[in-house]
Amino acid sequence: MAPQAPAARQAPPAGPVPAPSSWSFAVREFRYWTTNYRRTWRGSIYSSVLSPVLYLAAIGVGLGTLVNKHGSARLGHISYLAFLAPGLLAAAAMETGIGESTYPVLGSVKWRRTYYAAAASPLRPADVFHGHLLFTTMRLVMNCAVFLAVMAAFGAVKSAWVIAAFPVAVLTGLAFAAPIEAWAIMVTKDTSFAMIFRFGLIPLFLFSGTFFPVSQLPGWAQPIAYGTPLWHGVALCRSLSLGTATIGETLLHVGYLAALAAAGIAIGNRTYRRRLYV
Amino acid sequence: MSSAQLPSVRDLPLRVLPVAWLARGSLGGRGSRHLVERHARVYRHTWLVLLSGFFEPLFYLLSIGVGLGKLVGTVTGPSGPVSYTSFVAPALLATSSMNGAVFDSTFNVFFRLKYNKFYDAALATPMRAGDIALGEISWALLRGGLYGAAFMIVMLAMRLVHSPWAVLGLPSALLIGFAFAATGMAATTYMRSWQHFEFVMLAALPMFLFSTTFYPLSVYPRAIQIVVECTPLYQGVALLRGLTLGAVGPALLWHVAYLAVMGLLGLYVASLRIGRLLLK
Amino acid sequence: MPDPEVLIRAKDLTKRFGDFTAVDGIDFELRRGEAFGFLGPNGAGKSSTMRMIGCVSPRSGGELSILGMDPVADGPAIRARLGVVPQEDTLDVELTVRENLLIYGRYFGLPRNVISERTDQLLEFVQLTDRGADQVEPLSGGLKRRLTIARSLINEPEILLLDEPTTGLDPQARHVVWDRLFRLKQRGVTLVLTTHYMDEAEQLCDRLVVMDGGRIAAAGSPRELIEQYSTAEVLELRFDPGEHEQAAEKLADLRAQRTEVLADRILLYIPNGDIALTAVRDLGLVPLTSLVRRSTLEDVFLRLTGRQLED
Repeated sequence: MAPQAPAARQAPPAGPVPAPSSWSFAVREFRYWTTNYRRTWRGSIYSSVLSPVLYLAAIGVGLGTLVNKHGSARLGHISYLAFLAPGLLAAAAMETGIGESTYPVLGSVKWRRTYYAAAASPLRPADVFHGHLLFTTMRLVMNCAVFLAVMAAFGAVKSAWVIAAFPVAVLTGLAFAAPIEAWAIMVTKDTSFAMIFRFGLIPLFLFSGTFFPVSQLPGWAQPIAYGTPLWHGVALCRSLSLGTATIGETLLHVGYLAALAAAGIAIGNRTYRRRLYV
Repeated sequence: MSSAQLPSVRDLPLRVLPVAWLARGSLGGRGSRHLVERHARVYRHTWLVLLSGFFEPLFYLLSIGVGLGKLVGTVTGPSGPVSYTSFVAPALLATSSMNGAVFDSTFNVFFRLKYNKFYDAALATPMRAGDIALGEISWALLRGGLYGAAFMIVMLAMRLVHSPWAVLGLPSALLIGFAFAATGMAATTYMRSWQHFEFVMLAALPMFLFSTTFYPLSVYPRAIQIVVECTPLYQGVALLRGLTLGAVGPALLWHVAYLAVMGLLGLYVASLRIGRLLLK
Repeated sequence: MPDPEVLIRAKDLTKRFGDFTAVDGIDFELRRGEAFGFLGPNGAGKSSTMRMIGCVSPRSGGELSILGMDPVADGPAIRARLGVVPQEDTLDVELTVRENLLIYGRYFGLPRNVISERTDQLLEFVQLTDRGADQVEPLSGGLKRRLTIARSLINEPEILLLDEPTTGLDPQARHVVWDRLFRLKQRGVTLVLTTHYMDEAEQLCDRLVVMDGGRIAAAGSPRELIEQYSTAEVLELRFDPGEHEQAAEKLADLRAQRTEVLADRILLYIPNGDIALTAVRDLGLVPLTSLVRRSTLEDVFLRLTGRQLED
């Protein structure tokens, strides 16, 4: 007996077919990523849990003993750990954001080609983009929550306002993820990412106020540092964690980060279309 | 049972005692040279990537110079108080040698092994499995040497070198690279999937953070000091720090011996296993 | 005294991966200048055999001698005289077309000037002369395949191993590859290839073996195999699905050498198709379509290895 071939549908089902909203399409792509993540989440535990613990212990506590003896006046007489921890929270969010928006995106168009599979379904390129951004947001929420818990366990939190630093850190991650993802979809070689890491991520990590106040930089470099999105994330997370944030300052930082994320989404809507509908 | 079951000695040139093999005076057969030639040629197309690799330790050094250096002031080095930047610089060189060697011998080798079938092409020629292992390690060392030399020049320019013994800094950095490249290559022969690279990170990051890179051993209680002293990166950091700060004594030879033994052991294990991995 | 014209000799050659036996004690001999093919479905053991001949897979048992040497002991010396075109292209995508030949030639220890000279000839041979400076990655499948063949010839090999040389290529590209392989054969290069395209085997092979389940099911020239395992012609009949089974029963009366009843067609293996078709009509059967054709290697292949999917 020959196996039955699947029948082609002869006509659309009776009644009007509601056009799914853009949102529900994006959720379908998001489900693809979470399904994938269910297989590999164990590997990410290390970077999301262990690395904050190690950094806070080695730099915050270990090196902190030397800093507290000598240079705490430069930090406004707070412990180095309390200074460093919120900065590292924002920097870790940046790292998650950049990590999710580089290799996974290139892999989806070049190696695994799953984006083309999605584009062959009713999903539109923008839905594919938004679905992945949703997943990136989920990863940011997870990692920032873990980081905050570790911070609290180290006693590095000075104010209950630190709760507000949680969405700020997630937004910092998205301010990187959205524009970089909009660019990464057009990239053809992964060596471009090495450049982003070496000339973007690492200098930002080292010079945007995470480890020491930007005022220590030479005069010409300070405006550059103040212009970086990471500094805005670091500054706001820090003043929230220390309980010194003002309304005006908060609006400025959040506005800057949100504008970056929004611009990234607007550009990504176009670049995804250009790459997936060639 | 025929001789077919035994891998041949000639197909695995490393399948001899490493010492005897070193005594033969050549880092590998002619084959390994051609692999190095290939890698060098690839970087003709992507020289910017090669160049960019140098900036990572440089950024760390600059950041510490303007930032943490001022927050910390002076620390007690092996030969008395020194500026914090002078204290950290040799440790950054050691870390950079470790990272470069580990990256080349694990991620890159694994990718070539599993994904782009690069070694399959080489093995269709008279190249042997051992040539490939040695070629990869040699390349890691060559690249590491390039970065190490550039870093030493920057240290000189920033007045972070305090002793003429520092001329031994570059060979020491190469020794660190060798120890980690050979061990990394041996570890890669046991790896089955990308998930296993979490273990590489699990080893590298704590070593970077805790092997006296950023502060003296004296910060720790004695029990932890002993653990730290056992790590290979600590050996490398202590060696380079002693040389650039001028605290030179016979103790440095222990660090050299530790790293040399580690490298040779790694090479031995890698040479035993690489053939089994490539010639299935 | 071994015959110097026998380049490859395998006796009871076996390859096991753990409990799985990929190659189960096969014998064959290959003479200089021959084009020799391994046919078989996926998983028949063709590629494992090729890897053993390529000296990159130690055998688990039996004997194998290549160019008079033992592949386990003399791998590099043998490989220096082999050319290999693997099933999947292993080109170096980080290098240009010319650089691929250069580096590969260096692996053979050839001097640069020799490689450069041969590169010009080889690129011309595979019609890639004007692509020398191109990156490999964006090349089409057919161009990559031709480059792989050019690369495998850089050491002027005595034996060329080709593992499914034209799988995945379009008809134009296949014919170019076949033409080039035929020219190599005329120059005296010994070809060893695996394929599951029967037309490829008929085009290229002087002699072939059909492998199935790690064993050799049959051996001979394409013509010999067709004569031995099939008939001169085949009559393919298609009936209305309602009459299919009934027709099959009636056709049994024709006493063809072999009758094969498939889900959608009935195949009659007979010496003369037109006579058989008249006989079918005489039985009162009216097929929807009928086709008389010559037997091909495909008929031999399906007879020997069955029609069931194996993986």
